[in-house]
Amino acid sequence: MNAMAAYHRKALLLGLALLLASAALLLLGASVGSTGFESVLRMGQDAMAWQIVSEIRLPRTVGAWLAGALLGLAGAVAQGLFRNPLADPYLLGSASGATLGVATAMALFGVSPLATHWLVRIGFTGAAFVGAVVAVLLTLLLAKGVQHTLRLLLAGVIVGVVLGAFSSLTLLLNPDILQAMQSFMLGSTAFVGWSAAGVMAAALALCLLAGWLLSPVLDGLALGEATATSLGLRLPQMRAALIAVLALATGTAVAQTGLIAFVGLAAPHLVRSVVKTTHGRLILLSSLLGAVLLTAADLLARWLVAPQELPVGVLTAVLGGSYLLWLMHRATAHEGGGR
Amino acid sequence: MKRLWFCLLLTLWLPAQALQITDERGVQVRLAAPPQRIVSLLPSLTETVCALDACHRLVGVDRYSNHPAQVRTLPQVGGGLDPNIEAIVALKPDLVLMSMSSRAAERLEALGLKVAALDTKTHADVRRVLEKVGTLLGVNDAQRVWRTIDAGVSAAAQSLSAKARNTRVYFEVSRGPYAAGETSFIGETLTRLGVKNVVPASLGPFPKLNPEYVVRANPDVIMIGNRSMQAMVPYPGWQSIKAVREQRICVFPNDDAETIVRPGPRMAEAARLMARCLEEKTGEKPR
Repeated sequence: MNAMAAYHRKALLLGLALLLASAALLLLGASVGSTGFESVLRMGQDAMAWQIVSEIRLPRTVGAWLAGALLGLAGAVAQGLFRNPLADPYLLGSASGATLGVATAMALFGVSPLATHWLVRIGFTGAAFVGAVVAVLLTLLLAKGVQHTLRLLLAGVIVGVVLGAFSSLTLLLNPDILQAMQSFMLGSTAFVGWSAAGVMAAALALCLLAGWLLSPVLDGLALGEATATSLGLRLPQMRAALIAVLALATGTAVAQTGLIAFVGLAAPHLVRSVVKTTHGRLILLSSLLGAVLLTAADLLARWLVAPQELPVGVLTAVLGGSYLLWLMHRATAHEGGGR
Repeated sequence: MKRLWFCLLLTLWLPAQALQITDERGVQVRLAAPPQRIVSLLPSLTETVCALDACHRLVGVDRYSNHPAQVRTLPQVGGGLDPNIEAIVALKPDLVLMSMSSRAAERLEALGLKVAALDTKTHADVRRVLEKVGTLLGVNDAQRVWRTIDAGVSAAAQSLSAKARNTRVYFEVSRGPYAAGETSFIGETLTRLGVKNVVPASLGPFPKLNPEYVVRANPDVIMIGNRSMQAMVPYPGWQSIKAVREQRICVFPNDDAETIVRPGPRMAEAARLMARCLEEKTGEKPR
């Protein structure tokens, strides 16, 4: 019991540290961009500087934080649900669905008047979200429901490959959209305004709440399906609800910021490397860590080659990947020392 | 009699000697006779052949070649980067024109075809490629065609009113935002028109910018050469840009965008399209 309390205290400390880091990154995010610190210093007098800080830097920093949080949460849910440490938020085909949605939208835009009419209403964001949701539904359809973990994984892979092929075909036939698609596939926070941040905040609140309420299922599942059922958990319904959380979190993040690699995969691992805890806390901490990771990566993406930008997905992969690698080697070194 | 023999020899010898260029790979391409069955695997090369009045010698094009209209009826042999080798060979071409970035050149040469790899990225490239293709095709008026194109660009520049020339322009090539810098083909056309590009040469041809850079630069006119929906769904915070507030945005329809973006012999037409946009947007107040 004492050990449990110590873990809880450690989790709390990690949470506080991540919140502090978030606040620091938020402040830094307002100050870093194509023109550097003077926008912040002069925003009192200069209307344009104020606009740059309030309409561009703040929403995209907040947006990066929220998207990272959504991906971190989705990663924790996916890894718990599939009991697979390699599971990531894009597992059910949402990434390739969103890509196909955006590619189709770009290819049709300006070609067919009817499509243009609709696209202006839903935008690329809407197209990406619809694509992601349709892909998940397709996966569920192929897997004939949510009960069979292996079947779900396989169906997700199949949907991913097939929809990915259709995206490639669309790109091949419309080479002029290649560059814009690339910026989507590597992720970018350049399109995040306050309304987008609002949408993500609402989705995050909903997903965090649902994730917290459903986390006993994940704890139960960790002990095996039979045990989980014997604990009196209504597995089928709760599993479906968790998949809905996963799809909503991933779809929202992907629609607003594009495909950002690695945050969802790395965040839960990074949390677990610091503290062992129940899934309720893991979901919360993982989403905080994802948020910090993506905000930091976004800052670097804006700052390293300013006034140009690097695709943020490249940086999350490099940052998250190298940290994970370091953790892995540290763990093996410890084991080696123990023997 | 002697003179006649000399002339006859000359006519036999001259073309054989002249139909020879060094292409972008550094490969010597030598043809025995002016090619009559040409396959072009790059839209700008297709346009170059047609600009040299040799459109009728084309027997196949890639799937992206769509100008002039008559090439649309020709057999399509795949894309420049993924050509259908078999379809090309079946057309029995005596010359294949293609981009350097395609891997098909070696394969086609191994099958005994003559291949010239030529790429255009700048105005100077357009001239060079025009001359090289002219040489290969045995067409003598490449210089004259170039002068016409060049004069067309100059004429478009001169047609601009002082007010239109005095504008600062941001050209977005793709949503990202990817801009056309001063060193890009589009940037060169803007420079020839005498307007100021807000993206300096130091950023390279097509930099992916931070959107706030454009807010800071505050261009007078925004040009969009793609299907980015920029006009309907602007980037956050761009409402303060003068051009956005006053609706000084030219969204070029697909055909026009291709004319402007494609580095080829239609650059005079591209300059005219851009000049018209500038004149429209800087003239009487819209609305």
